[in-house]
Amino acid sequence: MADDLKELKIELSKNGIFTTTLEEIYNWGRKNSVWPLTFGLACCAIEMIATTMARYDLARFGAEVFRPSPRQADLIIVSGTVTKKMAPQVVRLYNQMPEPKYVIAMGACAISGGPFRDGYNVLRGIDRYIPVDVHIPGCPPRPEALIHAFMTLQKKIDEQALRGPDRPRHLDADQPSEFPVPAFGEHGLEPPQNLDVFHHEPGNPLKVIQ
Amino acid sequence: MSGLPPVEDLKAQMQAGVPGATVKVIPNGSPSAQHSLLLDNEHAAAVALFLRDHPDLRLDFCSLVTGVDWLDTETSEKVKVKKMVDGPDGTQQETEVEETRKTRHPGYLEAVYHLFSMEKKHGPVILRLRTANRTDQTHVPSLTPVWRSCEFQEREAFDLYGIVFDGHPDLRRILMWDGFVDFPMRRDYVPPADDILATEAHR
Repeated sequence: MADDLKELKIELSKNGIFTTTLEEIYNWGRKNSVWPLTFGLACCAIEMIATTMARYDLARFGAEVFRPSPRQADLIIVSGTVTKKMAPQVVRLYNQMPEPKYVIAMGACAISGGPFRDGYNVLRGIDRYIPVDVHIPGCPPRPEALIHAFMTLQKKIDEQALRGPDRPRHLDADQPSEFPVPAFGEHGLEPPQNLDVFHHEPGNPLKVIQ
Repeated sequence: MSGLPPVEDLKAQMQAGVPGATVKVIPNGSPSAQHSLLLDNEHAAAVALFLRDHPDLRLDFCSLVTGVDWLDTETSEKVKVKKMVDGPDGTQQETEVEETRKTRHPGYLEAVYHLFSMEKKHGPVILRLRTANRTDQTHVPSLTPVWRSCEFQEREAFDLYGIVFDGHPDLRRILMWDGFVDFPMRRDYVPPADDILATEAHR
């Protein structure tokens, strides 16, 4: 929104007139009713459950309704170690969610494989197959960290412009909403990563481009 | 705790109870002193039945089956050999020369069973079974017909070590998927180098 419009809006609100835009009210509604999928993989899931209970009370952010079906969920919190045997199911669940949909990768395992990174059975981060919106480090992250990630996601949703090149994926017909499910190969998952999702900078392996 | 006889007596009992069976005591030098008994594959099932049904032993519960991978080893010993060597004056002389001789010992896979008795409240008795080598003769007899609790754990040892248990009712992979071909717990297993980020900086 242009700056003069913003000033006009502030000036009007000082005089008791509330104005909004369709974009603002749409994003305001979306960010305050992000319903996560009932889905946990390992010890991080215990912290996720703790976040929803009375002490940390994720309901304050409009996310108390954990949906038992991916068809009704807006957010998948990948909470825990993603084993290679589990990875296709995680991608499939993500594919079954309707747009707009978001992903939080919770904990060291979900973002990179964590302590099991060099093992034979653990995927080195779920961002190899599905686009992750917020990464939370920690082993496991405390409920405060998950709440922080959740607020970061809300901010991200709030700032999404509905038109233009940066519009969210569900408003862009050219953007995919489903991603290929990896297959079980003879030695590991095939492909080992989806390069359409997992952007990296050649020559600088530590830098992952979003 | 243990009302069991010492392993040497146990070995004698087993050999007397199952004619033809050879049992070898493998001592454990650590403070736990949990000595184990190596069975021959031919009589393993009979020995297992003997241990389960003997009125004084009654080892009715197998709590654990695990695999061990022993790689091929090489020992070298120094041997003194007499050889004809050219002396400093050009004539041949007989001298003693030290030679190192290397002997290769083929590796094997091992299945280890921990037995307890619920009835007599004693244990453990530790059994070992060995395969002939690590490559093509990786068979040992299954003890699942004797102790039902071995079923999943033998499948796990098959999955991760590649030990083939003859006589197992349902020998399939249990942790890895069916199309997987490697045995990831073997000591020479190398995970696939398919990671685009797996560079020197990341290791």
